Amino acid sequence: MQKRDLDYLKSKARAVREGIVRAIGVDQKGHLGGSMSSADLVTALYFYKMRHWPDDPKNPDRDRFIFSKGHSVLAQYAALAECGYFPAEALPTTKQLGSFLQGHPERDRTPGIEANTGSLGQGLSIGLGMALAARLDKRDYKVYVIVGDAELAEGQIWEAVTAASFYRTDNLIAIVDHNKMQATGPIVQLYDVGAVGKKFASFGWRVLEIDGHDMEAVVDALDAADISTGQPVAIVAHTVKGKGVSFAENVASFHNGALTREQYQQALREIAHNEV
Amino acid sequence: MTKLACPREAYGRHLVKTAAADERIVALDADLSGSTMSCLLREEYPERFFEMGIAEQNMVAVAAGLALSGKIPFVHSFSMFLTGRAFEQVRQSVALAKANVKLIGSSCGFSDFGDGATHQALEDVAVMRALPNMTVLVPMDAAEVAEAVDLALEIQGPVYIRISRSPMEYLTKAIPGSSLFEPALMADGRDLTVFANGLMTTEALQAREILAKEGISLRVVNVSCVKPLSKEAIQRWAEDVQGVITVEEHSVIGGLGSAVLEALALSPRPTYVMGAEDVFGQSAQSHEELLVYYGLTKEAICQRARFLLGRREAS
Repeated sequence: MQKRDLDYLKSKARAVREGIVRAIGVDQKGHLGGSMSSADLVTALYFYKMRHWPDDPKNPDRDRFIFSKGHSVLAQYAALAECGYFPAEALPTTKQLGSFLQGHPERDRTPGIEANTGSLGQGLSIGLGMALAARLDKRDYKVYVIVGDAELAEGQIWEAVTAASFYRTDNLIAIVDHNKMQATGPIVQLYDVGAVGKKFASFGWRVLEIDGHDMEAVVDALDAADISTGQPVAIVAHTVKGKGVSFAENVASFHNGALTREQYQQALREIAHNEV
Repeated sequence: MTKLACPREAYGRHLVKTAAADERIVALDADLSGSTMSCLLREEYPERFFEMGIAEQNMVAVAAGLALSGKIPFVHSFSMFLTGRAFEQVRQSVALAKANVKLIGSSCGFSDFGDGATHQALEDVAVMRALPNMTVLVPMDAAEVAEAVDLALEIQGPVYIRISRSPMEYLTKAIPGSSLFEPALMADGRDLTVFANGLMTTEALQAREILAKEGISLRVVNVSCVKPLSKEAIQRWAEDVQGVITVEEHSVIGGLGSAVLEALALSPRPTYVMGAEDVFGQSAQSHEELLVYYGLTKEAICQRARFLLGRREAS
């Protein structure tokens, strides 16, 4: 856990966004949109909230983070590299044959990855299992799971939400990256998942609703989630898909799109200069 | 060969015994603990038992999370729901992740006779066998169920164990003490080799006795471990006979028969695969009634053996 320094965290968020762009590269498809919308949340976890040791990634007392929306793992790769789990020079090898940085997270290939996700809807259940294990082992680590808003269409999510409520795992924190876009367009037009916060609350979860790009709000919510109430916590983070890269913001084709050489350079410039 | 034992009860008792010695063991069930007998662990160690409701997909992925945190979860449901409903959770959260999860598929094959096709798992071995990193065990009797649990604990990774609802006879291997990994000679013979597992090993041994009176000599080999399959052992047991029969309480597609055929692809000897002939099951008044209807009996094995040896027409 780091000290609460918002300027420091914002600089780390810029580094994470830059890492996402470098992992995607030029003329190759990559999941830009959802990685960018999660970038501030992932930054706050790795550089503020979580107890973790990059040189001891299997330490049993570490906090766990699972990207249930596994396609956004580029943000996690960038954060892991920035933390020193592996060299940042590896980021451009993402999705290359034989790379330890796969298109979706694989725990036995990449240091710091806790579970295998990619097929949506499974990460929250895995996180619940880890939260139950913490209780059995009397360890005080927390389990953070980022789920997508469109991912909430998966029935298994609500199985996990029900089970976590029943087992009163207040060491489990779900963060909904509520960017309001699914792969093919706006969810409000295509498949509206409804009032996300109310849904979690009605299942017995404690709900916090924030602007997922306001770093102060993000760290405040993560701190507020520490309070043990016997309820699992859902942080509904309102975000913008593609946040930080002007031409990709709210553009569905950048869910998994390729960058031209010019777009690649422009994205890096905007990230370096923007106060996100 | 007449002492009967209920494999799921043997399983539940052995799980409790094993859990007493290894506190990493936990159990999860999806509202079938009274059938799978995981209830015995719940009674003994309530804090290590997780009722997960009728939500198999979540249950399997929760088990993965427990395993990735150092626990050894035994996950229970009927074979059909565990491998069918939760297939993709088994694939991604467990098998791909190499999570140390033990999947206990109960009421396998036709053994849930009354409930009909929805509950009768005839594809479970096929789908589990297709997954990398997965070990697939089909015990032949109650003693092997306990052995399968012990073996599963020796394996650091996912294991699927298929358990019948019906009582099974205790069988004796020709060479006792061999590992479940190795296809085990049950009784030797010269003319044909029968590879069987689960309840069908008993039927094959009974067929052998019938055929002996007709001068036909059957070798019976039990193959509890369908994956990884010792291909060399299958080839060795099949090389000095005139033909091969496989028999399993499972579809002819993808199970033991397919695995044996893969091992014997270059063999000149004819191989006949007995099982459910690419059909769904149905309800009946007894397990035996279904085994007769779907041709999985000692008589059916005898008929096939005679046909392979040119003694009589197969119907």
